[in-house]
Amino acid sequence: MAKTRSEQKPKPESKPRQQLPKAPTGVQGLDEITGGGLPKGRPTLICGGAGCGKTLLAMEFLVRGATQFNEPGVFMSFEESNKDLTQNVASLGFDLNDLVARNKIVLDFVYVERSEIEESGEYDLEGLFIRLGAAIDSIGAKRVVLDTVESLFSGFTNQLILRAELRRLFRWLKDKGVTAIITGESGDKTLTREGLEEYVSDCVIVLDHRVIGQASTRRLRVVKYRGSMHGTNEYPFLIDESGFSILPVTSLSLQHTVSNERVATGIPRLDTMLGGTGYFRGSTVLASGTAGTGKSSVAAHFAEAACKRGERVLYFAFEEAPAQIMRNMRSIGIDLQKWQNKGLLQFHANRPSFMGLEMHLTAMHKEISNFQPQVVIVDPLNSFTGDETEIKAMLMRLVDFLKSNQITALFTSLTSGDAALEKTDVGISSLVDTWLLLRDIELGGERNRGLYVLKARGMAHSNQIREFLLTDRGVELRDAYIGPAGVLTGSARLAQEAQERAEKTVRQQEMERRQLELERKRKALEAQISAMRAEFDAQQDETLKLIGQEQTREALLDRGREEMSLSRKSNEKGEAK
Amino acid sequence: MKTSPAKPAPRKADSAKAEEALVLRLYVAGQTPKSLLAFANLKKICEEHLVGQYQIEVIDLLKTPHLAAGDQILAIPTLVRKLPEPVRKIIGDLSNTERVLIGLDILPRE
Repeated sequence: MAKTRSEQKPKPESKPRQQLPKAPTGVQGLDEITGGGLPKGRPTLICGGAGCGKTLLAMEFLVRGATQFNEPGVFMSFEESNKDLTQNVASLGFDLNDLVARNKIVLDFVYVERSEIEESGEYDLEGLFIRLGAAIDSIGAKRVVLDTVESLFSGFTNQLILRAELRRLFRWLKDKGVTAIITGESGDKTLTREGLEEYVSDCVIVLDHRVIGQASTRRLRVVKYRGSMHGTNEYPFLIDESGFSILPVTSLSLQHTVSNERVATGIPRLDTMLGGTGYFRGSTVLASGTAGTGKSSVAAHFAEAACKRGERVLYFAFEEAPAQIMRNMRSIGIDLQKWQNKGLLQFHANRPSFMGLEMHLTAMHKEISNFQPQVVIVDPLNSFTGDETEIKAMLMRLVDFLKSNQITALFTSLTSGDAALEKTDVGISSLVDTWLLLRDIELGGERNRGLYVLKARGMAHSNQIREFLLTDRGVELRDAYIGPAGVLTGSARLAQEAQERAEKTVRQQEMERRQLELERKRKALEAQISAMRAEFDAQQDETLKLIGQEQTREALLDRGREEMSLSRKSNEKGEAK
Repeated sequence: MKTSPAKPAPRKADSAKAEEALVLRLYVAGQTPKSLLAFANLKKICEEHLVGQYQIEVIDLLKTPHLAAGDQILAIPTLVRKLPEPVRKIIGDLSNTERVLIGLDILPRE
């Protein structure tokens, strides 16, 4: 049987008083709603319109009882033959033939053909009791399903007898101590067409199959559960290849554990904007923006980054087929195919109108529980159709579920062109922790993309608008030029940058020119200095020469004087001494 | 197994006499007043209308409960006309003779 349907039936842990003994159904979610299962040893009425899943729910109760809780069961069908029944539930993965062969289940097809029967005088339904009793005793059954006992009303004309006998039957089932499910078709004003709820009053479950806006949603509600607490809301449920899954969705307690761990966004510059390290693990991120602003690209980057870390990513696509997403992302250099092949990335694509909101939610729960991802991407969020409050309620449950599982979620949301940017269609802003706003900036006859962080709970984040470029190497964030005229992007930014470059060149040239002039002046000065030095040298030479001449003349004069004196006073040599 | 030579489903008591015997089964559950009454009524009807043309088998489901499923017995008492085909069922204590005869195809249906 389905393996995921593990033993997570919640035991009513803190029970102050003695609770009613319960028979666990093993049906995913139902045991949580009923606080442990159906009333043990008592009959339960399951009613609903045609095709709402009464028979399947009853059968699953029986099969799970036989396989998981060692409680064999008897299925008494008044509508479908054993063969039809076996074939019908085979689609849920139940092999009735095997269970019958192993004495786990007895199928008894009770067939009443009015045209064959003539009534004459008093009778009772002891035959039914004997058949049921024999079937129960043959395998020691603990569970019984009567599907749909109301068919008897068309088989017998004497309603008084029939009603009295049914009352006796339910009492008899109680005396037998079997946990029974009685199914009944919905009536106009009453829960069942024949008012069976009068007789079976311990536990009444209503199934519903509603169509709102052309999308159908199955719902389950426990109308009554005598002697026990139970969830009273309507719970959506799914019937698929592994049986029933009911989503108990009211656990809206704000008691999530929070993580301080950060996970990279896949866009380095965005990490920087978010205080350097990305989103918080387990937080909810919303990327909203008008059409074509790159929401999916931001999502794909995050998916890729998560896969690179070895984490599992579940990608719910509601507008594009997986192949299309992968092709488109390849054009900006993100290869998602690789991760899908490795089994780290799983797509789940559906048209939003494929089923109702609740069904989507239930299906998402199921996928998430099966795949156990660390990252969930919903692209886009607001393609769900329906009442706004309903969508919000659904998203709240989804966010809650993701948070309680420490799953980082990235939702994209399309803002329609004329709506306020800060308003998302589904108004979930209060639910998200980090909100990236992608916007287009129209300027100078062109449209460019801008990104800013509108909110990021618990982290210091940049308040700057960055220009958002989709290149073949992925998303790039650039500083946008902010001038008196506002934010400049695209060509305007390029023009501005060119202008700045030109101005810079001019400034540089001016500087060079001045440097040259300085050099020239220095050289001129140097030339002047050397000229003056040359002059000085010349003067110096001349002066020295003059001094030399003078000295020579002086010396000559001296000698001449000497000679003269010698010649004059040569006779007075001795005298001179 | 005995089969009737030609005419199927005789409508009149006169023609039924020419027919093969009816094989009747009366399902009861123990010796309840209703069961005893049904058996008495049946004997009376047969003796009056089907002299020598019938055989009756009484099955007590308390002793053989597994036989209930075969003839799709729910109500007790139930009289089953096994032969001739098609199978007919009459439920109740058989106190309304006319309905019994209609049920056994001895009187025509309205």
